[in-house]
Order: sequence, then C-alpha cells, then structure tokens
Amino acid sequence: MADRPVQVSALALSGLIMTLVLGTALALFAQAKGLSLRPADWSAIRFTVLQALLSTGFSCLLAIPVARALIRRRFPGRAALIVLMGAPFLLPVIVAVLGLLSLYGRNGVLNLALQAVGLPAVSVYGLKGVVLAHVFFNLPLATRMLLNGWQAIPAERFRLAQTLGLPSPFRHVEWPMLRAVLPGAALAIFLVCLTSFVVALTLGGGPRATTLELAIYQALRFDFDPGRAALLAAVQFALCILAVALAARVTLPMGLGAGQDRALAVPAPRGWRRLADALVIGLAALFLMLPLAFILIDGLPGLARLGPTVWQAALRSVWMAAISASLAVSAALMLTLAAATGARRLIEVAAMLPMATSGLVLGTGLFLLLRGFARPEALALPVTIGVNALMALPFLFRLLLPEVRILQADYDRLAQAVGLKGWARLRWLTLPRLARPLGLGAGLAAALAMGDLGVIALFAGDGQATLPLMVQRLAGAYRMEEASAAALLLVGLSFALFALCDLGGRRAAP
Amino acid sequence: MLHLDHVTLEQGSFRLTANWAIEKGTRLALLGGSGAGKSSLLMALAGFLPLQSGRILWAGQDISGLEPAARPVSILFQDQNLFPHLTLVQNLGLALNPRLRLTDVDRSRIEAVLDRLGLSGLGPRKPADLSGGQQGRAALGRVLLQSREVLLLDEPFAALGPALKTDLLALVAELASASGTTVVMVTHDPADARRFADQVVLVHDGLTEPPAATAALFADPPEALRAYLGS
Repeated sequence: MADRPVQVSALALSGLIMTLVLGTALALFAQAKGLSLRPADWSAIRFTVLQALLSTGFSCLLAIPVARALIRRRFPGRAALIVLMGAPFLLPVIVAVLGLLSLYGRNGVLNLALQAVGLPAVSVYGLKGVVLAHVFFNLPLATRMLLNGWQAIPAERFRLAQTLGLPSPFRHVEWPMLRAVLPGAALAIFLVCLTSFVVALTLGGGPRATTLELAIYQALRFDFDPGRAALLAAVQFALCILAVALAARVTLPMGLGAGQDRALAVPAPRGWRRLADALVIGLAALFLMLPLAFILIDGLPGLARLGPTVWQAALRSVWMAAISASLAVSAALMLTLAAATGARRLIEVAAMLPMATSGLVLGTGLFLLLRGFARPEALALPVTIGVNALMALPFLFRLLLPEVRILQADYDRLAQAVGLKGWARLRWLTLPRLARPLGLGAGLAAALAMGDLGVIALFAGDGQATLPLMVQRLAGAYRMEEASAAALLLVGLSFALFALCDLGGRRAAP
Repeated sequence: MLHLDHVTLEQGSFRLTANWAIEKGTRLALLGGSGAGKSSLLMALAGFLPLQSGRILWAGQDISGLEPAARPVSILFQDQNLFPHLTLVQNLGLALNPRLRLTDVDRSRIEAVLDRLGLSGLGPRKPADLSGGQQGRAALGRVLLQSREVLLLDEPFAALGPALKTDLLALVAELASASGTTVVMVTHDPADARRFADQVVLVHDGLTEPPAATAALFADPPEALRAYLGS
C-alpha cells in the first residue's frame, strides 16, 4: 500500500489537473458565449478533420506492409531501422518540417530534379504537405504498434496455419490481430493529428489549409480577438473530447519497445514477395531517413556561425525542458504510486485527461483566466513549462504504471514487514527499483518539452523565444542557413537530453 | 501466549476459521494442502490480511489492528526476502533503522549476526552475488536483528531444494530455542512438520484443527491427516 501522504497528495494533484483542464475549458466556453461560427471557422473545422482522417488513413495503411515486411525478414541493419522508427517521436516538429522542405519544398531536391527533366514543379504547401508531414511522423509510430501486435501472436498459430495448409496466414492469423490493434493505433494517431499545430503553421495556412489550432493562434496573436480564439478553442476541445471518448472504448497500444530479435515465427515467403518486401522496407527507410539526412547536411555549415540570441534561446529551452521533465516525472510517479493501490479510476482519469486537450487550448484558456492578473509576457515561460509537463503526463503515467505494479507486487510486503515507509521507502526502494523507467520517462518528457512549439508561440515577448520558436522565426524570415543550423542544434539537444536521462536511469538502476 | 480468538478470514468465496492458542516459545506448523488457507492465516497474523471477525492476541494484548511493522512479529516469505538492489549490510540494516542511518553499534551488531550465520565478510555484497543457501541465511539474519517475539515462516527456503531447506530449518530451530522465540511455520510437507514443530495445526476445508503435539498426532493420525497423508 502506498503511504497515506502519497494518496492524499495524489488526490490533490488529480484535482488540480482536472481543475486546470476543465477550468480552462469552462473559461473558453464562457468567453465564447454568444459568438457564432463564421464560414472561415467552418472551413477550419472541416480542414482539421479532413487532414487528420487522411493522415491517419495513410499512416495506418502504409504501416501494414512495412510492419509485415519488417517482422518476417532478417537483414543487416534491421534492429537499427526499428530503433530509428522511434526517432520521429522525439524529433521536434519544426525540425522535421525543415527536413521535409529541403526535400520536397519549392527549392527542394525533388523540384530541382523535376525541373532538370522539364517537368512542372509540385507544391508541398496546403493539404498535401500537412498530410505528408503527419505521415512522416506517424507512419513509424503505427509501424511500431503493429510490430508489437505481430510479435504478440503466438508462434503456434502460424505453425497451425502451416499445418492446415492455408495458402497464407493472413486471413485467420494476422487479420484478427490487425482488427484488434489498428483501431487503437488509428485513434492515437488521429488525436495527434487533430491537435497538430506546427505542421499547419509552416505547411498550411490560408483560407483552404488552416487548422483549428492555427486559427486559434491567428485570432489571438494577429487579430487580438480573444472571443474568437476562445470559440475556436472550445470547438477544438469538444472535438478532442469526442475523439478521446471514442478512444476510451478501444485500448490504445503504447508503441514503445519493439524489435527483439527472436526466432522467426512469421513465415517468410520466397519469390516475388521477397522482392516486394525489400522494396517496401527500402522505400520506408528512405522516406524516413532522407529528411533526417537533410537536417544534418543543411545544418552543419552554419552551426559555427550561430549568433548569441540562438544560444541564449537554446539555454532557455534546456532549463525549461529540465523543469518540465522533473515536474512531469514527479507527478507521474506520485499518481502511479497512488493508482497502483488506492482510488484508481479517479487518478487514471486525471492522468489521461490532458490527452483531451491541447497545448494551445490550455494556453488560450489560461490566457483568458489570467489576463487580469499578469501580462502575457510574464506568463509565457511558466505557462509553457507547466503545459508541457501536463502534456507529457499521460505518456509517463502509462509508462510507469505497469512498473509500479510489479514493484508493489514484489516488494510491498517486505517493505511493510521491515517498516520501510515515507521518504525512506522512496529513497531506498522506489527510486532505485524504478530508476530505469523513470530515466526513460524523464528523457521522453524532456525531449518533448524541448521540441515543443505551441503555447510559447502565443505568448512569447522579446527575448523570451525558445529554440523551436527561434527556428520557426528564422525560417519565416527566409534566413534558411541560420534556421537549419538552429534546427540541427535543437535536434541535437533534444536527443542529448533524452539520452542523458535514459542513460542516467540505466546507470542508477541496480 | 498467541491466541486466535474466533478469527474468521474471507477472500471471495474462501472462508477460514480459527479459534485456538499456543504457549510462548512453541514451534508450530500449519500443515495443509495448497489452497487450504494456511498462508492466508499466516498473512493475517503478520498483518497483511484484515480479519473478517475475531481478534489476535499476543500476551493478552489485541494486535489485530496494528500495522505489520508494529506487530511483535517478523516474517520470512517464500521468496523476495531481500531487496536485490541493496547490500547485505543495508538489507540487514533496515531491520535496525528503516532510514538506514546506521550507527557504529548497528554496524557491529550486523557484523556479529553475519559472523554467526557463516556470512563473514559478505556484508558489502548484493544478494545476487550469493548462493541460494547464503541468501536464505542472510534473510534469517534480517529477522534475527528484528528480534521480535514471534517468527512467521511461509514455506521458507522451499526453492533451495530439500537438503539446504532441512539445514536452514535446523538453524532456525536452534536460534529460536536459544532466544525463546515463538515460531509459526506454514508447510505442505509432513516431514518438515515432524522435524521442526512441537505442535501441528491441520488446515483443511476452511477449518483449523486445534494444535496437537506433533509426535502424538503422527503416531495416531486423525481422519483429516490420514486423508492428507494418503495412507
């Protein structure tokens, strides 16, 4: 059993989270009262849902052949490719967008090649670009979820299919797994795409390609129209709640950890299908790796010439990410320790509730609630830190909960028998035994916070830019060399923070 | 005296009653098949399982409401008796001070116990670096340092194989009689009960028989024991 103080603080924290998420929503609805949606708002709603549906559809459908090829083939570099599939999760969105632009943008490699052979140029802006970027992020995520699904199929079932002489195990062995895993994967991806801001900010825009998040940002930042921003944020919140309510009916797969090399269970057919698998894997690898390569190629030359404002922004981002990650990990630990024993439902709902909102929605709500008390610039950094911690919480909660359950099952009785409780229990039992997942969780939270470009874009005043915002401003001003170099610095720092925390956890683990 | 006063336990559809007492210093075996409820009874004594009704008294004091660490009992589980990430000194130190702020006196007491158990010089090691028998003795060291008046054993050392188990149980018997400790051991093995216990409580069909002297019980087994022994 968790100690009483842990239970009490976890309940208080759950209350605080619920108040924050629901309180900001209430503030939005109150502010938006009496306003009605204009045609432009309707088109933002339509575009938001359309791009999310398309992005989800492409990511999931393309993930099936990729995962199937990866699960049934063995080749040098396979493990590395699967690890790389986890990279987009940590990659700051603004960085990835720059990588994609070098490849598919107006002056990108693709258009240069088309030009050279006399073909018309293609534009990456608008719906196409938004969906392309979302597929870049979510195809790997979907692939890893499906890989987990394939690995969970008992080898005996494939053997049974072979014994029965079925022409392919797809219909009776693999399809049932896909039917179980795909809805959850699709909903998780749909939620991500629904609240995606940076992709729309950089690749969308204009009357035909504005998402709700982007419209909120424009209403607040350029039109100075809090009422409209509130209305749009309220609509966005309602959309997310709807999607989360749907998601609660299917289990969401985690998508972390995959790719152990074990004996080949899935039959690997020969002939043309071998070639097809190779082609699928090759194309997926190129699709993922080329933008990453361009980030490196474009960024390196300018790295040494980055100015002091960029370095100051980098420093600001690092300490903000560190605070965010500490807050998120402490909160997740407290909530999981309490949820493993006490008021489980309530705490789980509170921990997952941030999924039903977005950074911009929270930020807009907080702005409306606090504007009487403080200037937006004074709120920019603390609100960004808090919102990022909150947005990382659902991931960390789900990462830690099974580990905490194992810890309680194995050592709770012994700890009670020797009277180990309170801080002593935290220091001598909980922290050392959970060092590994805590380190991994801190790394994820730090990388997510480091790369986030949401709330900060709403509020940041002069001299408050974080590194992602700096990259976006440089790119917006067409100072591409500096933007690319700052992007490379950003991705380097994000990965370094992640690796530092993860390694730290592994080192500290017994 | 350890007195189970009209104790009832309930877990789902499972129900167990006990109403008996043993003298201080007794070595008692709770004997029964798997699922009979003997471990549940031990967990209730240790304070991990709340009573449905009744009281547990030690020396006339009701201890049923106390937390595990506040009871006059120490316990050895089937496994997980040592924290794998702590050294032997730290594991044993928890028995003296759960915050692990160990004084020099504490340290020398730990060394003395390690010496007595044949674990001299192994204090800085972690459990994984020890043999199974050494781990068993280290766990015993922990309960020795806790020096409670009642020692509860939940089929301890079972994973170590018969020879080591017999050795370690003999060591427990020796240490317990030296200090006058009351021991309650759960076992499914009649041979353990005969070797180790003065008295035996049979656990079967949701009932616990009153304690009986071990030798007399096995010389003339009642119906329930005959059924269990299969003779």
